[in-house]
Amino acid sequence: MADTALAEQMISTPDRAIAVRKGGTRDARFHLLTFAAAVVVLLIFIGVMFALVVGAMPAIRAFGWSFLISTAWNPVTEKYGALPSIYGTLVTSFLAMLFAVPIGIGIAIFLTEICPRPLRRPIGIAIELLAGIPSIIYGIWGLFIFAPWFQEHLQTPFIDAVANIPFLQTIFAGPPYGIGLFTSSLILSIMILPFISSVTRDVFETVPPMLKEAAYGLGCTTWEVMWRVVLPFARTGVVGGAMLALGRALGETMAVTFVIGNDHHIHQSLFAPATTISATIANEFTEAVGDLYVPSLIELGLILFFITFIVLASAQIMLRALERRAGGVS
Amino acid sequence: MTVNTALYVRRKFRSTLFLGLAVGAAVFGIIWLGFILGALFYNGFTALDPKLFTQMTPPPGDDGGLANAIAGSLIMSSVAVLVGTPIGLLAGTYLAEYGRYGRFAFYIRFINDILLSAPSIITGLFIYELVVVNVPDSYFERACSGLLGSNCFMGHFSAVAGSLSLMVIVIPVVVRTSENMLLLVPNGLREAAAALGAPRSNVIRAVTWRAARAGIVTGILLAIARISGETAPLLFTALGNPFWSTDLSQPMASLPTVIFQFAMSPYEYWHRLAWAGALLITAAVLTLSIVARLLQPKRS
Repeated sequence: MADTALAEQMISTPDRAIAVRKGGTRDARFHLLTFAAAVVVLLIFIGVMFALVVGAMPAIRAFGWSFLISTAWNPVTEKYGALPSIYGTLVTSFLAMLFAVPIGIGIAIFLTEICPRPLRRPIGIAIELLAGIPSIIYGIWGLFIFAPWFQEHLQTPFIDAVANIPFLQTIFAGPPYGIGLFTSSLILSIMILPFISSVTRDVFETVPPMLKEAAYGLGCTTWEVMWRVVLPFARTGVVGGAMLALGRALGETMAVTFVIGNDHHIHQSLFAPATTISATIANEFTEAVGDLYVPSLIELGLILFFITFIVLASAQIMLRALERRAGGVS
Repeated sequence: MTVNTALYVRRKFRSTLFLGLAVGAAVFGIIWLGFILGALFYNGFTALDPKLFTQMTPPPGDDGGLANAIAGSLIMSSVAVLVGTPIGLLAGTYLAEYGRYGRFAFYIRFINDILLSAPSIITGLFIYELVVVNVPDSYFERACSGLLGSNCFMGHFSAVAGSLSLMVIVIPVVVRTSENMLLLVPNGLREAAAALGAPRSNVIRAVTWRAARAGIVTGILLAIARISGETAPLLFTALGNPFWSTDLSQPMASLPTVIFQFAMSPYEYWHRLAWAGALLITAAVLTLSIVARLLQPKRS
């Protein structure tokens, strides 16, 4: 009884009431502060879209939809078109994914199934560290080391070898420059390799061991377990990880700018120089003069933002679905 | 009972073949990555020189170092991290503590993850449009020159613009890692503090932030690692500067842009400097990532 009375007395003390009210206002203020910071993230996103649309407006007005399909790129006559850049972006990213996805999944299989246990962590960490190396390092390596080596040891013999094969002679034609579309794709694929394998490995590790053990119990070989049980279970995650890597590849600037050759023509040969959206912007932005040059480059940026947004949003949706499922399983 | 030996042999063979290919993939990947690091260390170390840290970037044909670029990178990265970290931490706190399951938090999380992997060159274009582009007599520019006089950073290339574009990259990284780390803090801790009568803001600042401190620092280090190699957004915000400059309202040199400019040039000596710069950046990034990894709390 006495305790309750004491408690009531404490609560009704004016000091305490003030403290509680103070805590309340401080709470509300802090809540508002964190909310404002979250709004900043939203504002950045809206700002990016808004700034790109405003900056590109003169070019959008001047060229309309034809900007997307025009191959012109002439600062003198002020005629600009995005097709060569879009083509280069899509082709380099596609080829890079073609090389990097199977190899990245192979590395993930190696890390989760084959690699001796004591080596798993160090190799896994090494791959994650490599994912953090800035792209300009890949660019400078590509320009000084890889392109000359590729030109001498692979490109020249390869062009000679396919010189009489109908389809291949067209897409691998031309003088061996070393730099070009194909070289860029190879460097991009090396660059996104760590992303794919680290995401894939993480997803493989979410596969319940019970499923694998059941398959082994039925007499499956290791490969059958991987191909029929682990991969189907991890499919969404692997695709999501690959999309994330594709987002990187599409927007990658420095690794590509060094070695693509910046040529606004669409060549049939994959060995020919080309350009990508980001390489065009990086190469030409600071030297752009005239009323439509900068807006055209910004419109290229807008197109790139649009493409990567779609790719990254689908990656998010897939990985989110996977997270929910993993949460349900455990 | 007959045993279909041929089938077993075939399955065994397939398994060995594809697992062999997986090993091949791993070896292939590691060889390339080793090739890159080997070339980088070889060319970088042969170009290392004390002059790198004391002399300015040279004109073609002259001797020099990278002092102004190193200083520029440090200055712009510091400003970006100092301004970006509080915003990122607070937004991450909102997502982990107040918003959690709300609709608004869901959208912010989605947008943040998009910004996290959006091409950095887009960030550069955004800040270019926002700060660098010269709109005569705009409201912002008048306010800027009214307040700062000749120190106004708007309407031309400047270190402020460079820092802002790096900040736009820092924020999503810090938001993501701080949210993840705050969510790892057991709810029991929050409840215990709340039961003692602490207001929610005190619970967050004195308990959850403190419990997640190591993880939050990891996020900041990763953000620094991420921006220290960023080139594309600096090309048309901070531009570059061949002289020593610590004036934030003027163009400023940075290591990545100098590497880009020097590597694309025809001069042998500039190439050597580019390699040295590349080695410095890689060393910094690897050190930061390793320290971040050591600090990182184990996933529960």
